Amino acid sequence: MSKPKVAFYWCASCGGCEEAVVDLAENILDVVNAVDIVFWPVALDFKREDVEQMEDHEIDVTFLNGAIRLKEQEEMAKLLRQKSKLMIAFGSCSHLGGIPGLGNLWNRNEIFQRAYHEVSSLEEHNGKHPETHVKVPEGELELPEFYHTVHALNQVVEVDYYLPGCPPTPKLLLQAVQAILQDNLPERGTVLAPDKALCEECPRNESKPEKLLITDIKRPHQVHVDPEKCLLAQGVICMGPATRAGCEALCINGNMPCTGCFGPTSKVLDQGAKALSAVASILDYNEEEDIQQVMNKIADPVGTFYRYGLPVSMLQRRNLAKTKS
Amino acid sequence: MFEPKIVAFFCTWCTYTAADLAGTARMQYAPNARIIRVMCSGRIDPQFVLDAFRKGADGVLIGGCHPGDCHYQEGNYKALRRYHLLQRLLEQMGIEKERLRLEWISASEGDKVKQVINDMTETIRRLGPLNIMELPEQEPVRAASLT
Repeated sequence: MSKPKVAFYWCASCGGCEEAVVDLAENILDVVNAVDIVFWPVALDFKREDVEQMEDHEIDVTFLNGAIRLKEQEEMAKLLRQKSKLMIAFGSCSHLGGIPGLGNLWNRNEIFQRAYHEVSSLEEHNGKHPETHVKVPEGELELPEFYHTVHALNQVVEVDYYLPGCPPTPKLLLQAVQAILQDNLPERGTVLAPDKALCEECPRNESKPEKLLITDIKRPHQVHVDPEKCLLAQGVICMGPATRAGCEALCINGNMPCTGCFGPTSKVLDQGAKALSAVASILDYNEEEDIQQVMNKIADPVGTFYRYGLPVSMLQRRNLAKTKS
Repeated sequence: MFEPKIVAFFCTWCTYTAADLAGTARMQYAPNARIIRVMCSGRIDPQFVLDAFRKGADGVLIGGCHPGDCHYQEGNYKALRRYHLLQRLLEQMGIEKERLRLEWISASEGDKVKQVINDMTETIRRLGPLNIMELPEQEPVRAASLT
């Protein structure tokens, strides 16, 4: 039997997911022996034309990381979907929209204005920003369109499986690869991680008081975090209760709160709303003034509760009717 | 004239009973609120509010028992805390905070139901339609898992 053909591709992402593949360490040799990598632009010299020349469904599995921010990314996602038997959304950005998804708090014009005209780190303010068509002495250049709205992968193509995480852990990736090689995959559309809240696998779960109540909210740099005690009980916002397990509490073991990169479990429609609800209900104040005073310490509610999932949230983005200029 | 659509979540013990009273007393008020009865204002998941806006509501009204009067001791306080955080979230998402309103209305205050719904209808009429952009359909994430 010939080896399964595998493709890796990246869209709007930081490159960390590519690192996660390399993080397989010595296990990567087993993976490389077991599969035939036919497309991996970050590591190997393949071009879009190579993919275009393939037969439909010729690739067995595509691991696509990154959100869809540019027209070119949407085109590549559609092309790879057409050429692949299985499409796997790899990492938070393709699963949920990820950090780039926070760009949905603005629109294209606002982002260009800030990034190309206002920031003080610019070397020169030449009044230019990316256009889809630019005339230069040599002819006309074309750049892909920058969308107003960032999308998760399943908002532009059908996705078969999701590997969550920023980035997915080597353990989850290896389990997924083994399941593919052994043809032992669950129902299509599944997130390949446990379907329970992170608190259930958190080593600090036992330190959580019977009735969890807080009187103040602190950011991690404002407090000496007790490395044994539940972070919420210390007044530090931890997304654990509203986040899928599977990372084995990596951040919490580093004494930092969960920020929610695995997304919600299957029972939750909107991760941020659930987390907001949880934090609000443990606040031990009944007077409006006290409540407001503590809640105002959450400087950026969207960035706190939807750090990785704004594009797949119920509202998806800032109301465009109010932002379009 | 623009007729706002308001989704009203009323707790069964106080505000819903008050709305019932307003009805049996034949009080006339704006027909813009669609009332959904819930057991307690503390049962109103922020997801319900966001879902209402996503599906076309121009405003969401939450009605619960007065502080200290909750049938379940503290459900209305939970609603109050969520409401404050939700309002800030909505503002960040480009939705005016006046579109989400919380009112304590006891079972005997039928006239307050009338006054609040009339007042909120006018407020939202002034703000205009919410016009949330159309959102793409998403595949639901399934429950099964590998491990």
